[in-house]
Amino acid sequence: MNLALSDLTDHGGLFLNGAALTLALTAFAILAGMLLGVLGAAGRRSSLAPVRWVCGAYVELIRNTPFIVQLFFIFFGLPKLGVKLSSVEAAFLALSINLGGYATEIIRAGLDAIGKGSWEAGFSLGLSRWQTFRLVILVPALQKVWPALTSQFIIILLGSSVVSQIAVEDLTYVGSYIQSRNFRAFETTLVVAGLYLCLAIGAQQLFKRIGRRLFAYAEMAR
Amino acid sequence: MHILKKMVLASVAALLPFTASISAQADALGEILQAKVLKVAVPQDFPPFGSVGTDMQPRGYDIDAAALIAKELGVKLELVPVSSANRLPYLQTKKVDLVISSLGKNPDREKQIDFTVAYAPFYSGVFGAASVKVAAVGDLSKKTVGVTRGALEDLELSKIVPADADVRRFEDNNTTIAAFLSGQVQLIATGNVVAAAILEKNPPIRPEPKFVIKDSPCYIGLNKDEPALLAKVNGIIAKARKDGSLDAISKKWLGAPIPADLPG
Repeated sequence: MNLALSDLTDHGGLFLNGAALTLALTAFAILAGMLLGVLGAAGRRSSLAPVRWVCGAYVELIRNTPFIVQLFFIFFGLPKLGVKLSSVEAAFLALSINLGGYATEIIRAGLDAIGKGSWEAGFSLGLSRWQTFRLVILVPALQKVWPALTSQFIIILLGSSVVSQIAVEDLTYVGSYIQSRNFRAFETTLVVAGLYLCLAIGAQQLFKRIGRRLFAYAEMAR
Repeated sequence: MHILKKMVLASVAALLPFTASISAQADALGEILQAKVLKVAVPQDFPPFGSVGTDMQPRGYDIDAAALIAKELGVKLELVPVSSANRLPYLQTKKVDLVISSLGKNPDREKQIDFTVAYAPFYSGVFGAASVKVAAVGDLSKKTVGVTRGALEDLELSKIVPADADVRRFEDNNTTIAAFLSGQVQLIATGNVVAAAILEKNPPIRPEPKFVIKDSPCYIGLNKDEPALLAKVNGIIAKARKDGSLDAISKKWLGAPIPADLPG
């Protein structure tokens, strides 16, 4: 096999720019998606029925439609309703909303796994329902589902490649762009795949560390 | 054996002046006028130039252009559907008199056949709503242009576009068109045929021609050494351009009049 990787050396900067945008999009989408997920999960357990319905509908809508359709809806569809987002904004919004839907279900499972006793402990200390949720329940609930959340984050990182479809200049876009210029499809794909692999493994390690720090209390209690 | 060879040679020699006189007398125009039929090779798989309508009749720019020429010659039109691969053989074997089949001119083809003046515009260009003021590539500065990644328009535009223009490259033709129609890009770089196909659907934003990136107009092909037919068809095209009948065909099928710079 004849690899012409040297044809790609001119494009090193492009690859790095693409990888940086992929990382940045993923990072912001994870922050926003987690916020949505926590709110959604709390909402699914709300005592108010309409709140439960809205959060349930959100989860079903996101988990039962393809990501690319959600993305196209936001990018091509919303302008019809007068909301025009740039491609990067649309990508960020779509990724956040998508992760939010999955995170809602994952975190809800974590909340369900926390026994009634923890709630009662909070109440007996004079904490309100919201305070108990925030201070007593949430972190142990997240700990229980942290591996599931981590793999969802990685899915978002890799799934963000879809946003190249709306001309967001992420890593996949850069790869397709370079291929369209030098016709080195295999070499370019190889480099793109390698970069995604590095990003994903790096992210995995990072989430492991974050988990260890976030749930340090549990290690001490052991 | 010897005698046989001589006989063959003699008969060939006897035929030679005859064939020579045929080619000298070849007058496609005269034959057309005599037979009162103009046979034209047209595409049937390349809308809007040539396709088959719901009534199973051929329709398109090339068919209308053929009808116009037949009418000017005062003869009946016979359409011969061809593919892009066999349109020149049909002409060279005299199965047709003219090829009106969105034929582009290139040096290889010019060795084989003759071309009339251009009869239809065929180009890659930048298109956008009338409200977007762009007349040349320099005007793209600070504007967003959608283009299909790796397409001819992408490669050619990338060479000349100003650095502060925002060229958005989409995965395929349909995504590029969607980006334009949803207003996500102000302009679209594509072929005039694609723009015509969009216009035909009465879009919310109309892709009007702004400037040409790469021009390769269509010519009518005819056999070499037919000066009378060439001059006649050129005359018909020139007249049709002047009296607006070619403009009407262009507006009907391509949604835009003939560009002024179409080589005449």
